[in-house]
Amino acid sequence: MPKLTIDGVEVEVEPGITVLQACETAGVEIPRFCYHERLSIAGNCRMCLVEMEKSPKPIASCAMPVAEGMVIRTDSEMAVKARRGVMEFLLINHPLDCPICDQGGECDLQDQALFYGFDRTRFEEAKRSVKEKDFGPLIQTFMTRCIHCTRCVRFATEIAGVEELGLTGRGEDVEIGTYIEKALVSELSGNMIDLCPVGALTSKPYAFTARSWELTKTESIDALDAVGSAIRVDSRGGEVMRVLPRLNEAVNEEWISDKTRFAYDGLRRQRLDRPYVRRDGKLEEASWDQAFAAIAGQLEDAPGRRIAAIAGDLADCESMLALKDLMAALGSVHTDCRQDGARIEAGERAGYIFNTTIAGIERADACLLIGTDPRFEAPLINARLRKRYLAGGFSVGFVGPEVDLTYRAEPLGAGPKTLGEIAAGEHPFAAVLDDAAHPMLIVGQGALARPDGARVLATARRIAEETGMIGDGWNGFNVLHLAAARVGGLDIGFVPGEGGLDVAAILEAAGSGGLDAVYLLGADEIDMAALADTFVIYQGHHGDAGAEAADVILPGAAYTEKDATYVNTEGRAQHGRLAVFPPGEAREDWKIIRALSGVLGRTLPYDDIGALRARMIEVNRIFAAPDEARPAEWGAFGTPGPMDPAPFAYPLENFYMTDPITRASMTMAECTALARSANKDKTGTDG
Amino acid sequence: MSGPTNPPANGADEAGPFAFTKANLALADEIIGRYPEDREASAVMGLLDLAQRQNDGWLPPPAVAYVAEYLHMPQIRVYEVVTFYSMFNLKPVGRNQVRVCTTTPCWLRGSAAVLDACRETLGIDLNETTEDGEFTLTEVECLGACVNAPMIQINDDYFEDLDGARTKALLDLLKKGDKPKPGSQTGRQCSAPLKGFATMISSAKTKGTEGD
Repeated sequence: MPKLTIDGVEVEVEPGITVLQACETAGVEIPRFCYHERLSIAGNCRMCLVEMEKSPKPIASCAMPVAEGMVIRTDSEMAVKARRGVMEFLLINHPLDCPICDQGGECDLQDQALFYGFDRTRFEEAKRSVKEKDFGPLIQTFMTRCIHCTRCVRFATEIAGVEELGLTGRGEDVEIGTYIEKALVSELSGNMIDLCPVGALTSKPYAFTARSWELTKTESIDALDAVGSAIRVDSRGGEVMRVLPRLNEAVNEEWISDKTRFAYDGLRRQRLDRPYVRRDGKLEEASWDQAFAAIAGQLEDAPGRRIAAIAGDLADCESMLALKDLMAALGSVHTDCRQDGARIEAGERAGYIFNTTIAGIERADACLLIGTDPRFEAPLINARLRKRYLAGGFSVGFVGPEVDLTYRAEPLGAGPKTLGEIAAGEHPFAAVLDDAAHPMLIVGQGALARPDGARVLATARRIAEETGMIGDGWNGFNVLHLAAARVGGLDIGFVPGEGGLDVAAILEAAGSGGLDAVYLLGADEIDMAALADTFVIYQGHHGDAGAEAADVILPGAAYTEKDATYVNTEGRAQHGRLAVFPPGEAREDWKIIRALSGVLGRTLPYDDIGALRARMIEVNRIFAAPDEARPAEWGAFGTPGPMDPAPFAYPLENFYMTDPITRASMTMAECTALARSANKDKTGTDG
Repeated sequence: MSGPTNPPANGADEAGPFAFTKANLALADEIIGRYPEDREASAVMGLLDLAQRQNDGWLPPPAVAYVAEYLHMPQIRVYEVVTFYSMFNLKPVGRNQVRVCTTTPCWLRGSAAVLDACRETLGIDLNETTEDGEFTLTEVECLGACVNAPMIQINDDYFEDLDGARTKALLDLLKKGDKPKPGSQTGRQCSAPLKGFATMISSAKTKGTEGD
């Protein structure tokens, strides 16, 4: 390990790292614009210049590998003077418009200028101005502010996998841009806003709405997909102003998807802010007491077997457990959290979680995707797969329709037939998995949410077992979920009890008059027509399909408005936190169920969230270890048998709109329109 | 979401499709063959040059797209190269591309007069093309012929040791369709000293040197 001296202090560092990184380990922060830990080294901003002994010129510390005996000075006259010079050059063409720039207050250039900036200009020529670029409905560009660090170019090329951005021209004419002027389409594009060290790329939906220093920052968890990305919810005066990623190496590193970042305007629209009760076929505003009374009136004489509950994709674990306990108290076993009819059982945990873990993908060397398009179903898992792919020696094959994953993946076949061949070892890809030291597979909802899903699951298990995916310290079997509520629901056991009905059976029973009441906990993705003649209680936060079909609406809280637990697809239980209060009369969901239980005379035995969480731990030990992805015991799951030869279909029609929040978001609607027109362009039917 | 083979939008229609001629296909593969097998992108400049020569000295978007596809590169990577080098043209140019070096050594030796002579003789300003499509005038940075400064480059040839009058004579010849002799226009051999040899003139026996 090389030893070097940094500012007079001798440090010993890992070989192969750069001087900048070595300085960081020594506790010296080096200013930088182009350097970013997760991107390739560009070395073009020159802000990180330091003095190196025996070098006549200062060196760019971000690009200089450490060597034995280096003597580095970061605070010498030479280093500081060099940085001052660089800063002066950077500011030559940078407009001094900080007061009207959205980056103001969180701008690297602004901060560094405070230390290294010159208080007047010596540049008397005309400043250049650059035409704005079209980065789509999410990113506002002010290209005149660009300092050409190329972080966005490297992000698009390396992480997002869309090689469309580049640095064109040279010298003073250099510009960031696309080849043909067209909107940049990537499901991860918003991260470029965070990466941009100046105000060249800023958030369009957030433009001019708030200043960073007036926002209340709440660390929370995203619930719009099953990845469970760590987010920071920035709010002001009871309104979510923006959502930013938070560092979590195990899950999202420091990226989030565009849906996670930009769907927040959906939190303000179409909200259910007071209870409603249907009278004479019309939903009318009501008080909580009236709403509870209406429910009590309906449930009073209803036997438990004629009541059912369905939990939606955004439901949190607390409310699902409370509802399950309430249903049990009412004598009902008809509970289900699998709106899409996925054939996954709650029994064997290894059979429904992402066992490899997201970080574990980096250890894998072959991957089989079954009926899943992770690029849109879980963009951050796809980003991790791409990261692994770029590291080399990673073969990916997929069973399902043609798909562009941003990395090379071999199409193996369309459906169960191919899967059967792989399981039987007759397909060449079986040998690839066999030869891999750490093979993995990901089975998606496109393969499981179909009538023969349990058989597909069993086949996937067979592949896992026969190609050596299950071994000491390695489990390559993974289920990719789409809903933040799903794994939590299965962990809680929000599935039909002994003799209970699942979602399809509940709908069928309701359609034929077999049920007196159906309780929808934020369930909107089911066929509401089947519930037309049944008393429907809808508890949720948005006026979506469920609310429309409801007889009583109980206004709940969205994921930014409650302290709630979500279990991500890896089986990692994480706590989301209340950033703003639910609007109007709306309340946190578990409290609504707890209050209702009192009205129904079956008071649930928890009065605060602590007691409820203690009950959760009682039901499933995994809740005792939040933020951890505990390995699950391997066991038997799935139902062996012949599969339907129909090819798999990917479940997401539109990545941007998957739940009531995203459907209410204007930003997501714009993204949808853009994605549709981009797809049309591809087929040449639209100019 | 968008594939790499989207047809370019600007100017693609007027320019028409682009493909290498048979002879150029062979040349292209020869150029690619100069580089290691998995480094075919290294041939990008050679292929762009080939495409530009085939297409009257400029690269329409279909040609850029064609080269990108030929080398399995994203179009933007090729476009970056095209925009970086002043030798690649993205707009139609005249048959004779007159590039005047105005970097310091040439400027010190009178490139301003050379440039003025070009303007005057051709009747166009910088970055313009004569109406008959014969000449395009551009200003370039150092072309590496400082010893014979000032100089201009016309297509593939350097014309050196110029002044206003010699530049005018040169361009007049070109206008007539003649082919002026490239190299020094004062008749000096390559970059030989203007006033005869100044070094290594004494016999080998002599010890030491006599200054410059």
